Amino acid sequence: MYKIGVLGDRDSIYGFATLGLEVWPVTTPEEGERALKEMAGTGYAVIYITESLYEQIPEAVLAEREHNLPAVIPIPGVSGNTGRGMADVKRLVEQAVGSDIIFNG
Amino acid sequence: MATKKQVNPTRMELTKQKKKLATAVRGHKLLKDKRDELMRQFLDLVRENRALREKVEQGIAKANKDFVLARAGMEDEEVNAAFIAPAQNVSLEVEFKNVMSVEVPVFETKTRTADANDIYSYGYAFTSSDLDGAVSSLSDVFTDMLRLAEVEKSCQLMASEIEKTRRRVNALEHVMIPTAQENIKYIQMKLDENERSTQIRLMKVKDMMLEEAHHYKEKIEERGREAMGE
Repeated sequence: MYKIGVLGDRDSIYGFATLGLEVWPVTTPEEGERALKEMAGTGYAVIYITESLYEQIPEAVLAEREHNLPAVIPIPGVSGNTGRGMADVKRLVEQAVGSDIIFNG
Repeated sequence: MATKKQVNPTRMELTKQKKKLATAVRGHKLLKDKRDELMRQFLDLVRENRALREKVEQGIAKANKDFVLARAGMEDEEVNAAFIAPAQNVSLEVEFKNVMSVEVPVFETKTRTADANDIYSYGYAFTSSDLDGAVSSLSDVFTDMLRLAEVEKSCQLMASEIEKTRRRVNALEHVMIPTAQENIKYIQMKLDENERSTQIRLMKVKDMMLEEAHHYKEKIEERGREAMGE
């Protein structure tokens, strides 16, 4: 049995608690990094992270990429969309194909 | 190409190099097929990923807007109290699907309560109706969020596998195979050269031995003298 977690600033994520997801409100990037590591080691299969927090701790997020689990997925926070999530998908295409042929540009 | 490590021009080395070439060619073909198939599946998946992400980002943006609105009309404590004990609890069953040797996760949700729509963790008396709307708009987007997690993780795993496979294919195509071919050619030419030189040596030795046995040269000279002297 795996859990689903949501990580980010409280205002962006508290709503997810009603869906039955576990929310991990953090206020500083250091706290976020620690929480992410802890979540990765304690049976979370999916971790949604706000894009604003992701931007502050990209290395920690990318380190989880290599493993089968958890899936760390950026989502927009209450302060808006930084575009990091889309940029990552674009980067994936570049990594796999060599040049971006999906987004064209 | 600059000459690399020299190989011994022997038959044994030739057999070794030929085997190496055959393996490399076969491996190259297989890896190329793997790369092409992975690429095909990856492109399908990444298109879905993009569409899902657009949908999810819009959905969450809308839900966030609703939440901000709902909070504006309520006390902070009331909001906290409303969410303090979630009615629903979602856990995941994870299986792995093997796509061209890449283990991609497949998620299956399990909700604690039988009704997946049982998401309102509060009585409606003390909360604004905006909050209900916000929660419902968030729950609408949740199925897509889960699918997004699945697809995006698969894309990440496949992209790194494609990158690795592509490097291997290139290494085989541009380094291993040409080197083996060059070595084989070099050994074959060297062996041919050795054979020719052995042949010539034998012919020479034969000539010398015949000369020793029959003294052809002397006889020819003698005959020449006879013709002249006659």
